[in-house]
Amino acid sequence: MKITVELNGAKVVHDVEPRETLADFVRDRCGLTATHLGCEHGACGACTVVVDGQVTRSCLVLAVMCDGRSIDTLEGLRNNPAMEVLRKHFHECHGLQCGFCTPGMLIMARDILQRLPGPDANTVRHELSGQICRCTGYTGIVKAIVAAGQELARDTPNG
Amino acid sequence: MKSAPFDYVRPRTVAEASALLAQAGVNAAAIAGGQSLVPMLNLRVAQVDLLVDLSRLDELKAVGETSENLQIGALTTHAAIEDGMIPDPFGGLMRRVASTISYRAVRNYGTIGGSIALADPAADWTGCLIALGAVVRIGGRNGAREQAVEDFVQGTYSTSLGPGEVILGFDVPRSDAPLRCGFAKVARKSGAFANSIAYVVVQGRGGLVTVVLAAAAPRPIVLAGAARHLASGVDSEDALRAAVADDLKTYLPDADPYETRLHISTVVRAARDMRTQT
Repeated sequence: MKITVELNGAKVVHDVEPRETLADFVRDRCGLTATHLGCEHGACGACTVVVDGQVTRSCLVLAVMCDGRSIDTLEGLRNNPAMEVLRKHFHECHGLQCGFCTPGMLIMARDILQRLPGPDANTVRHELSGQICRCTGYTGIVKAIVAAGQELARDTPNG
Repeated sequence: MKSAPFDYVRPRTVAEASALLAQAGVNAAAIAGGQSLVPMLNLRVAQVDLLVDLSRLDELKAVGETSENLQIGALTTHAAIEDGMIPDPFGGLMRRVASTISYRAVRNYGTIGGSIALADPAADWTGCLIALGAVVRIGGRNGAREQAVEDFVQGTYSTSLGPGEVILGFDVPRSDAPLRCGFAKVARKSGAFANSIAYVVVQGRGGLVTVVLAAAAPRPIVLAGAARHLASGVDSEDALRAAVADDLKTYLPDADPYETRLHISTVVRAARDMRTQT
């Protein structure tokens, strides 16, 4: 089945099998491997991408269901201002160890800061409960997101 | 973890979806948000020949309010309810319930209609809609029908939905008296499927009380004894605990001591939560 999507700002047309998940589509068809597959059943959050502005578990949606939608993977958010701030704080706060969960963490972190600007650590922990870090490096990750939230709130006091 | 192959169609109307589902019978499945069905297909605990995608049917997205009802389209997502995109004349109960379902990325897709259609015993909406006395509207080849959610959900993954039938939405009755609603949920981690959920809905002062316990049995249980106690106006948690314990002996005779304690605790916490609502 042929689908057309806007992937990281570029129009992409591909033939897909109906059973193909969005995760397999971006990784295998489009060669975008920042999207990681951990559990493949919606429990770990490593495969989180953005579809039409909304965080999405790419292992839980079918590529055919995204026909006509706009998809952003971590690659497409390279120059995103919030993502630059998040990357800096992940670096400074040791927000990653092996790095496997990091793409999903970064995308979810950006969504948290968009919906709940300047969150405290408890809010971040609650909102991040669907993202699993098997290195258990949550302390650094939470610190990084709180710090990034403070910096972004300071720079854009009116949201 | 790949699903077995299937065909996929995206009908333009409910009537077309209904005809496709009826034609393919048990080998077809309707998909809305897909947050349960996609992993079930991938794990091959569900297998279909045809997937009928309902997710773009505007007919299933309508939300409206009358003096009698709140009408919620089947495709309304948990995130839309969480964000207050639909009215919640139930003291914020629906918003709070929505915000505890799974995780945000899942709530962006998961729909209230899909949740009720799947009828997972640990689902959040079945118990909530039963506590609020909601009615489900169903469309099919022979026109539409309505049924109380309490009767629609029959057991684990079992509903009265017939071949070719599609959930259109829900009518949740509004009460003349202000509602006070309480809710408590225990899950082993936030976002995980619950081990126990309790809902308490009280219509005004001295009005009708409904107590529903979910995630405890194949379908939510309406606790008559606990409701009688709360309606009596006697403000004693020990008496409420005793009333719930009696209910559990009737409805869940095989519950072990841990489950009994857990369910009593969620009902008591839901009642406390209800009392904090003015």
